[in-house]
Amino acid sequence: MKKNYLSKKAQALKPSGIRRFFDLAAGMKGVVSLGVGEPDFVTPWTVREAAILSIEQGYTSYSANAGLLELRKEIASYMQKQFNVAYSPSTEIIVTVGASQAIDIAMRTILDPGDEVIIIEPCFVSYSPMVEMADGVPVHVQALKENDFKILPSQLEEVITEKTKAIMLCSPNNPTGSMLNKKELEDIAEIADKYDLLVIADEIYAELVYDEEYTSLALINGMRERTILISGFSKGFAMTGWRLGFVCAPEEITQAMLKIHQYAIMCAPTMAQFAAIEALKNGRSDVEEMVKSYRRRRNYIVQSFNDMGLTCHLPGGAFYAFPSIESTGLSSEEFAERLLLEESVAVVPGNVFGASGEGHIRCSYATSMEQLQEAVKRMKQFIEKIS
Amino acid sequence: MKLTEKELEIVEILEKDARIHTDDLAKMVQLSLPVTKEIIKKLEEQKIIVKYTSVIDWGKVEDHSGLTAMIDVKVTPQRGVGFDEIAERIYRYKEVKSVYLMSGAYDLSVEIEGKSMNEVAHFVSQKLSTLDSVISTTTHFILKKYKHDGTIFESDDDDKRIVVSP
Repeated sequence: MKKNYLSKKAQALKPSGIRRFFDLAAGMKGVVSLGVGEPDFVTPWTVREAAILSIEQGYTSYSANAGLLELRKEIASYMQKQFNVAYSPSTEIIVTVGASQAIDIAMRTILDPGDEVIIIEPCFVSYSPMVEMADGVPVHVQALKENDFKILPSQLEEVITEKTKAIMLCSPNNPTGSMLNKKELEDIAEIADKYDLLVIADEIYAELVYDEEYTSLALINGMRERTILISGFSKGFAMTGWRLGFVCAPEEITQAMLKIHQYAIMCAPTMAQFAAIEALKNGRSDVEEMVKSYRRRRNYIVQSFNDMGLTCHLPGGAFYAFPSIESTGLSSEEFAERLLLEESVAVVPGNVFGASGEGHIRCSYATSMEQLQEAVKRMKQFIEKIS
Repeated sequence: MKLTEKELEIVEILEKDARIHTDDLAKMVQLSLPVTKEIIKKLEEQKIIVKYTSVIDWGKVEDHSGLTAMIDVKVTPQRGVGFDEIAERIYRYKEVKSVYLMSGAYDLSVEIEGKSMNEVAHFVSQKLSTLDSVISTTTHFILKKYKHDGTIFESDDDDKRIVVSP
């Protein structure tokens, strides 16, 4: 190749910091992994069975761009029943290829070159690149451990400029597990209203909450019109591989997103959509069982971390614990790498999720109790060895 | 007896894994170890936790001669005691593993275990059907156990996920 065919945009993107740990761990045997960002449950059988049936019956064609109307109706009634928010199935809901694609079309729909999106770190590794790919500018602000990794309204105000278009919000949060309650959401809503901002609310973990009741941002007074609500089936329904998410937003925004969605992807996979219909119709008891199980494991792992000297706040949702490893004197990367090489336990160093994640590690408790017990045993050994 | 939320949680966890270490169990339900031990002791005393057993896949044990039969039993209930008396007369036999009172086409569902077909046949013809209140029996032999008490015997539960993901 004589010419460099790669766009400046593609060249500028940094590979995810998680990738290195994946490569390291993938070559090892007997690894106990707390590094997995997905449920350890297999998709409920009733859901898998429904997808198989849809294939047998020959539902193998495209669906409507926005997704099967039957599924959108189910999503609308699910959002109403579960979270008390109302969206029109015909004009305000799009079924997407995972929540990730929903974030992508949301960014591409609202951003002009140079527009700023506030990204609250630590957070999912894809947000900033997705803003950049949509020609926007990610502006990072740090949720701090002394605030249980919840962002303060004053911190948001400090970085708002004339170019700020939106705030990217994820609660319950990956990687910290922190969940914002109603009052805290109201504080953010006030800022959004004062500066006339949109909020992209990644509510993919909304099903997985353990102590307080979940409040959707769209439920906060006046926020429905400012919220692009993103969710999906991956986490709550244990359907990561199906790649099925959805986005709910006011009609004007949804219709603009639909144009991009239609040209980029046509529609989400039809079989996965049939599976999702079944998940919403008959998956509730499975979700409840999984939540129960996650809650117990969360309690176990968080207490175990605190017992071994790794301070850890009790996360309100998702399936991640985010203990501090500062007492060991190691950096996140050093800790994670040595723990992997010396004790064969895989965790993700907190710094890959943003600057304020440094000094922490992300430990997914979406794994069996036996594996968690083994991980705790090995981590205890490791900490005793290095201290 | 009404159980508290924590007690219920402890029972549910033990029902799935009776061998879990009590200190791990205590962490899972956010209680101290002494309190957890106290609750378990109380539940045992109250016979809510009746017994700790294992689920064995006898199908895997070579030369194990044993078989299970489910017998549908129709009986005449007795005035004053209903089905309880006849149920007791049946469940006292050591061959009988379980007895349930059923709704529907028959009254008692009796599970029995024997070393051979002969042994089971002997029990049904000599003991069970000769009881005064027993009207009829229908015996079904279990050919293969796929899933027992919520446990799938031959399942592939390998973790199919990639080791580290965002």
